Amino acid sequence: MIRNSASEMASKLASGEVTSVALTQAHLDQISAVDKDVHAFLHVDTEGALSQAAAVDAKRKSGEKLSRLAGVPLALKDVMTQKGIPTTCGSKILEGWRPPYDSTVVTNLKKNGIVILGKTNMDEFAMGSSTENSAYGPTHNPWDLTRIPGGSGGGSAAALAAFEAPLAIGTDTGGSIRQPAAVTGTVGVKPTYGGVSRYGLVAFSSSLDQAGPCARTVLDAALLHEAIAGYDPKDSTSINAPVPAVVVAAKAGNVKGMKIGVVKELNGDGYQKGVRTRFEESLELLAAAGAEIVEVSAPNFEYALAAYYLIAPSECSSNLARFDAMRYGLRVGDNDGASAESVMNLTREVGFGREVKRRIILGTYALSSGYYDAYYGSAQKVRTLITQDFNKAFEKADVLVSPTCPTTAFKIGEKTNDPLAMYLNDIATIPVNMAGIGGMSLPSGVAGEDGLPVGFQIMSPVMKDDRMYSVGASLEAALLSKWGAPLLSTIPALAGSK
Amino acid sequence: MSLTYEEVVAKYEPVLGLEVHVELNTNSKMFCGCSTIFGAEPNTQTCPVCLALPGALPTVNERAIESTIKIGLALNCSIAPFSRFARKNYFYPDMPKNFQISQYDEPICVNGYVDVEIETDEGPKVFRIEVERVHMEEDTGKSLHVGGATGRIHGAEYSLLDYNRAGIPLVEIVTKIVPGTGKYAPEVAKAYVAELRDILRSLGVSDVKMEQGSLRCDANVSLRLIGSDVLGTRSETKNVNSLRSVERAIRGEMIRHAERLNSGERVKQETRHFQEDTGLTRSGRSKEQAEDYRYFPEPDLVPVAPDAAWIEQLRAALPERPSIHRKRLQEQWAVPDKEMSAMINADVLDVVEATVALGADPAKARSWWLGEISRIANERDVAIKDLSISATDVAEIVALVNAGELTDKLARQVVEGVIAGEGRPSAIIAARGIKVVNDDSALMAAIERACAGQPETAQKVRDGHLPAAGALIGMVMKDTKGQADAAKVRALLLAHLGQSEG
Repeated sequence: MIRNSASEMASKLASGEVTSVALTQAHLDQISAVDKDVHAFLHVDTEGALSQAAAVDAKRKSGEKLSRLAGVPLALKDVMTQKGIPTTCGSKILEGWRPPYDSTVVTNLKKNGIVILGKTNMDEFAMGSSTENSAYGPTHNPWDLTRIPGGSGGGSAAALAAFEAPLAIGTDTGGSIRQPAAVTGTVGVKPTYGGVSRYGLVAFSSSLDQAGPCARTVLDAALLHEAIAGYDPKDSTSINAPVPAVVVAAKAGNVKGMKIGVVKELNGDGYQKGVRTRFEESLELLAAAGAEIVEVSAPNFEYALAAYYLIAPSECSSNLARFDAMRYGLRVGDNDGASAESVMNLTREVGFGREVKRRIILGTYALSSGYYDAYYGSAQKVRTLITQDFNKAFEKADVLVSPTCPTTAFKIGEKTNDPLAMYLNDIATIPVNMAGIGGMSLPSGVAGEDGLPVGFQIMSPVMKDDRMYSVGASLEAALLSKWGAPLLSTIPALAGSK
Repeated sequence: MSLTYEEVVAKYEPVLGLEVHVELNTNSKMFCGCSTIFGAEPNTQTCPVCLALPGALPTVNERAIESTIKIGLALNCSIAPFSRFARKNYFYPDMPKNFQISQYDEPICVNGYVDVEIETDEGPKVFRIEVERVHMEEDTGKSLHVGGATGRIHGAEYSLLDYNRAGIPLVEIVTKIVPGTGKYAPEVAKAYVAELRDILRSLGVSDVKMEQGSLRCDANVSLRLIGSDVLGTRSETKNVNSLRSVERAIRGEMIRHAERLNSGERVKQETRHFQEDTGLTRSGRSKEQAEDYRYFPEPDLVPVAPDAAWIEQLRAALPERPSIHRKRLQEQWAVPDKEMSAMINADVLDVVEATVALGADPAKARSWWLGEISRIANERDVAIKDLSISATDVAEIVALVNAGELTDKLARQVVEGVIAGEGRPSAIIAARGIKVVNDDSALMAAIERACAGQPETAQKVRDGHLPAAGALIGMVMKDTKGQADAAKVRALLLAHLGQSEG
């Protein structure tokens, strides 16, 4: 049952074949069985999940009209506030904090009757590409427990791949939904910036952060996308327009006559051989399905990574200033006679991890008077140039595509002492955040050399998110008929797995 | 080496810069829906946004933007078609986010001016104060540092934080440097702040109560030798909480600077705190090393791009400028300058105007507000406006006096009654049984009783000794419980005794 897709589960719930309580319990059992090895969850809300499930079952029994995903369980990235449930963002500094309010995403999930199982592990404050920066220990990739599950949303992606949840919420600032999806053989979507409310998403980099759906199929991602998206007056950057018809697009999966642009700069040197092979194969399948493949160029993508590592740290240095021990979270050194200043300093010293401190220092420097123009100012100009590159490319193509990441999952510990190598993981995902457009990663098979999953990235213009679902669903169908079974059915079994 | 003010201005020219912070009177805060009511229990007017809980986001209060644009228009500013909020980053416990949302290089209103007129040795003179910018920001919370010598965070035993004020909309009005005011600098500054206060009040955008902090002035002062065009080092005096303090603070700083300069010392660039009791300033934070606030555009808020048609609508709806309005009233009412100033100083101009608008004669309205009502306010040591008497009450009383239904003396009783909370004038008249005795026969009877009671006094009057009439009039008034018109009694009495006013 737990190996079904979310939409299959939804159908069984609707037909009465299974109750939400039973389905939720099955997932809780799976978590109990495998999460000691995977460590996808930071907090499992057993009681809360079962009572939400029971409430949905009762409503269904009374004949109330329910939304499509009502009763289906979900794993929530620990960067989203949920009233009364611990929210740590993978950081010591928020240990023990229980938010008094729901994020808009959680409000929408609850409105749709989606059962929240618990909170998933992540790189501290979403800074990282491996989930190794979590203050609560790394998450392991279910394909190979010695490898990273990607990051920052490694917990959400691993929970899907380990069948601990059929749906998950991620957030994506530079690839934190898509890169984990790629390395775990799951689907992850970063919607257009402003498509999903950021209210209650603990900010890393406000102008780049975007919450989105994680799932095992393109249709499941679309159903979840539709459930959480839409205008929110509590988020000033939220877009006041109808949600793109992503479910319709995912169901049709039609690419006939679509122009698919291959970004020249996001391929070739630096990309693992197996990654390139799978990418070429996917292009052939899309062409066979009726799409026209064209090549586009985005010359300024070369500067995206550098600009990102100025803008994101700058914003984070300011966003994370609020963690000062005054109102919530950790408080260190509050002894008799200690000044507020020393408590603030000690708390931040103890409460933040190395990567977070590195970025706060970097951002503080980049915003300093005398350096602002050279660093933050120039980075903003690069951002404009990247957006222009995308605009030009979208004149030639309806969507753009690339491999999601240059490599498959690397070993835990392999890059922890080399931040630059770590940062390079996001070279293909970052431009999407810089321009605020939509991006999706879906599995395109495994690399021949290591047998690990490879992700295929689709990028669509602002508020044309439906296009990536059309392409994703078409490719997914073509791959399925080629493989005969979903990619995740080939994942090695975890000890104790149901 | 102590200098007189005259010695200071004989040698130095002051250059001013004024920064005025105005708390807007919106119902909700700048970036969230919390109430802004003054004086609530600490930390009861807070929410995830103004407490900066993780994940919370600001949204802009449209009403605050409207108020700021109105202020900009009233100060002759251009309204930027596109302006942005920026983060001003610094750590302080009463600032929940550890950054303040403000505006930096793209403020909403720029390049305005305010003309103020003051009395000089050569007669009235207009000084133009140029306004560099008007921008929006949010207020911080309040800290109360307990223990320690200075009342500041350093050395305090503990600190209490109240976030009710955190996020209250503030507008900052910054002048360009103001040279050329010479010895009138303190008065020009005071007149400017007074004019600003009047303009803001006429716009209805703020309570403008300096004593409650809803209007706060920081005064920058520097001196240079007369004839020099090099700016001196400035000090920035904060905590200037009344119009009189603006004048005193600037005068005091000019003398302090001059004394330092004359003795060959350097003026330090620093903030100074004005001491209401001594009129002196005390040293605050040094500004010699400029604090780096790491301003950058606020990514959580979209830029402010007000519609041009809306701005024109707001412009067309602006009230008459208070200074022009005052001049017009003075002409209409034919009031001498001194009386006009008295009304302005007593802060009753608007109630007098309202009373006149309700039909009262300007002279009568003025005399009630500046006379009896102001006397009662003084007696009770409260502001005239805090007394529970309205323009409607006063207009009604004036009308009753005009109609001969109240004497001045009775009217004073009615005023007291209204202030005592006994109700509207008509209700008080009914309840207290106040009525003018106009019935001549009743009065005549009382006069006859009085003359009969004091025949000798009556004879004196008959003999032409008019001052003696006072005692008889007193008796009549007593007899009629003070409800008779004393002038009328006098006339009837004299006629009765065969006399007339000399």
